[in-house]
Amino acid sequence: MRFREYKFGSRAFGAAFGLSMSITLLFPSFDLAASVSSEAGLEKQLSSGWDSGWQTKDFFMEGKNKPLKVLVKKDPKTGEALQQPVYAYVYPAGISLPNGVTHTANLGRGVEEMSVNEGRIKEARVENGAVFLIEKTDKLLTFEDKPLAYMVNATATKGWTPDDVLKQAADTDVFHVGAGKTMFVREGCWWCHTLLPEQTQDWQVFGAPPMLGDFNGESPTAFGSDRKGPDLLHVGSRNASREWMMLHFFNPRLVQPHSIMPRFDYLWGEKDADGKTIDYAKWRQEYDEYREGKLVSAPDVPMYAKDSEIRKLIDFIVNLK
Amino acid sequence: MLLKYLFAKNENIPAGSAAVFFGFSSIIWFMIGTGLGSFNAAKLAFPDFVTGVEMFAFGHMRQVHVLAVIFGWISMAFAMAMMYITPVLGNTRLWSEKLGLWNCFMWNVALSLGLTLMWTGITSGREYSDFPWPLDLAVAAFITIPLAVNVWMTILKRRTQGIYTTNWFFAASTFMLIIVFLVGNLPEYFHLTGLTEAYMTWWFAHNVLGLWITPVAAAIAYYVIPKVTGNPLYSHRIGHLHFWSIVVFYSTPAAHHLMSAPLPEWLKSFASVEGVLILVPAIAFVSNILLTMQGKWNMFVENLEVRFTVVGVLLAIPLNMQGGFQQTRSINWYVHGTAWMVAHAHLALLGFSTFLEAAAVYLGLQTLMKRKLYSLTLGNLHFWLLLIGFSIYWISMTMAGLIQGAGKIYEVPYIDVVIAEHPYMIARWLGGTMVFSSTIIWLFNMWMTARAGTEVPVGRMPHELAYER
Repeated sequence: MRFREYKFGSRAFGAAFGLSMSITLLFPSFDLAASVSSEAGLEKQLSSGWDSGWQTKDFFMEGKNKPLKVLVKKDPKTGEALQQPVYAYVYPAGISLPNGVTHTANLGRGVEEMSVNEGRIKEARVENGAVFLIEKTDKLLTFEDKPLAYMVNATATKGWTPDDVLKQAADTDVFHVGAGKTMFVREGCWWCHTLLPEQTQDWQVFGAPPMLGDFNGESPTAFGSDRKGPDLLHVGSRNASREWMMLHFFNPRLVQPHSIMPRFDYLWGEKDADGKTIDYAKWRQEYDEYREGKLVSAPDVPMYAKDSEIRKLIDFIVNLK
Repeated sequence: MLLKYLFAKNENIPAGSAAVFFGFSSIIWFMIGTGLGSFNAAKLAFPDFVTGVEMFAFGHMRQVHVLAVIFGWISMAFAMAMMYITPVLGNTRLWSEKLGLWNCFMWNVALSLGLTLMWTGITSGREYSDFPWPLDLAVAAFITIPLAVNVWMTILKRRTQGIYTTNWFFAASTFMLIIVFLVGNLPEYFHLTGLTEAYMTWWFAHNVLGLWITPVAAAIAYYVIPKVTGNPLYSHRIGHLHFWSIVVFYSTPAAHHLMSAPLPEWLKSFASVEGVLILVPAIAFVSNILLTMQGKWNMFVENLEVRFTVVGVLLAIPLNMQGGFQQTRSINWYVHGTAWMVAHAHLALLGFSTFLEAAAVYLGLQTLMKRKLYSLTLGNLHFWLLLIGFSIYWISMTMAGLIQGAGKIYEVPYIDVVIAEHPYMIARWLGGTMVFSSTIIWLFNMWMTARAGTEVPVGRMPHELAYER
């Protein structure tokens, strides 16, 4: 038996459902597609790279296929000191380029034209790698008449290659922000910490809510929906101490006795900064003795290794300005 | 048993096999899902409980709990209800038992694989659509599409002239689920980013609740109450109102989940108004079912399936009163992102919908296996542990959320909020553990029903027989 008697019903259903899809998907897409990337948006997509969720080039979410954020103090080409140190976003050869470079329309009107024409971002190639900078121009103004930022492919405009930039940088000037964002997503930090100060409050404690252009090209945004801990969008402005972060991640109750955050000591890996094996069992035993009052002070937190996952996560957290 | 029938001829598979396997699978996933929930709650109450192991970190387990409950328990119980109720209402057999069994088998395989990968941290980073896109496609291919095809074909091949309310909902919801699932995951296939991705995440999360979980759960009540009480449905017209207002009003307020994000203001205002209109289908549904109960309220006390159904329907009242109003700007300002929302989500999934699905699984398994429930005592224990455990959870989380909301708007240092919430975290863990215990009792009871329940004579319904234990 066919839907004969339901001919009208099924058509009405199609119309109703189609209308609701148009209003909730099609119409908002015009507004969202028109958003112009802000400086914060450019910073986010350049520092976190193509994607921070699962991707084929990072199957086990180890922070692969990610750029590095580098503080450049000397011109990598000439070796002369720069008047003002700048942050460069280094994409070594083979690393996927961010969405705004592969799909420039994503940057929004004005920023797209400047980035393509002046910044020459379309000349960036995955095979050769590229170095990006964020620059400001008076040719583009925000509604408050402040200069707008755009992307510059420094490999094309200044001849800075990824190798040169990385060679002249000390390890303390290299920030694994992109890989850290992968850690943030993989470890589920966003199940308890939002990255979205609310528009109606939160100004005093958590800082300004994000604006329309602050997310172009970022994926996932990891806003979070359920706060069991403080908002983190501007945490790096409140607390930029890597030492505090290190203690807090190893065992949050070392610095905040009432915290309910899990311990992330396993992100230290097997070896500490000196290459010595970390004895977790001993540490936990001494910590328990300290809590019972048998030891005067808590055991020392091992210094993390340069290539440990916790270093990447701290790089990301401190970079949340 | 399942493996034997997978390669049998369709006509050699006993009618109802797919539904029975779905029923038991769903109870087992309910046990796994609530077990994980109880474990996670323990970690929130006692942060040093099982520590230092990546696999047992809260951030690795939270989403496994959520998806095990949604895809495992709730959706499999829905599949069970569809494989059982759709043919019965069409006076026919299920279109393909074999497809149903393969559906059940692949569902379990895909879900186990997906949740294991997610447990190790492999995720798209999008709430409710956490699976990476290859797994999304697997879910569409092995879970949602085969289920929908079986339901639609059974309805097309029916031997009745009209289609009963329950089957409108089943047919429309399976269709809408496919669309919502495929469209909602577009950001992953095509790498859409930024606010588009964030909005689509919540578009999916909203619609999977509004167009899948809520209407299918309601459709179960439309079947169970008239069938077991013997009263005809109070009003088919109100049923129409319910159905059409679900399609029109419930599919549009997705943006109210992101009221504090920089989405277009017109979209937020529109979503908020549509969100209040969710009360239309809600009131239509609740009044229709409660009026159907007229003259048979004794069965609310005496019959287990009716009791589960009516409690689910009654819980829809606070659920929709919260849901309709908490998303308006003035109230959202206070409760957004707090434990209030956690309580509301559990009221929807563990309160309203779980009670309705439990009724369908109780009724369906007894009818299809032709066995009377093994023990009413264990059934009662299941009911009360579930209800009390859920209530403790809901009340404690609501209170914690109000405290958190006050802390938020008065900008209290966050750690003071954490300290104030601690007793409620312990209460939540106790409530969740009671729910978990109740599922073990239920599984035992249903297993014993299959093994040792009294046979239901041909032509009789299980509720016509007296309980024996």
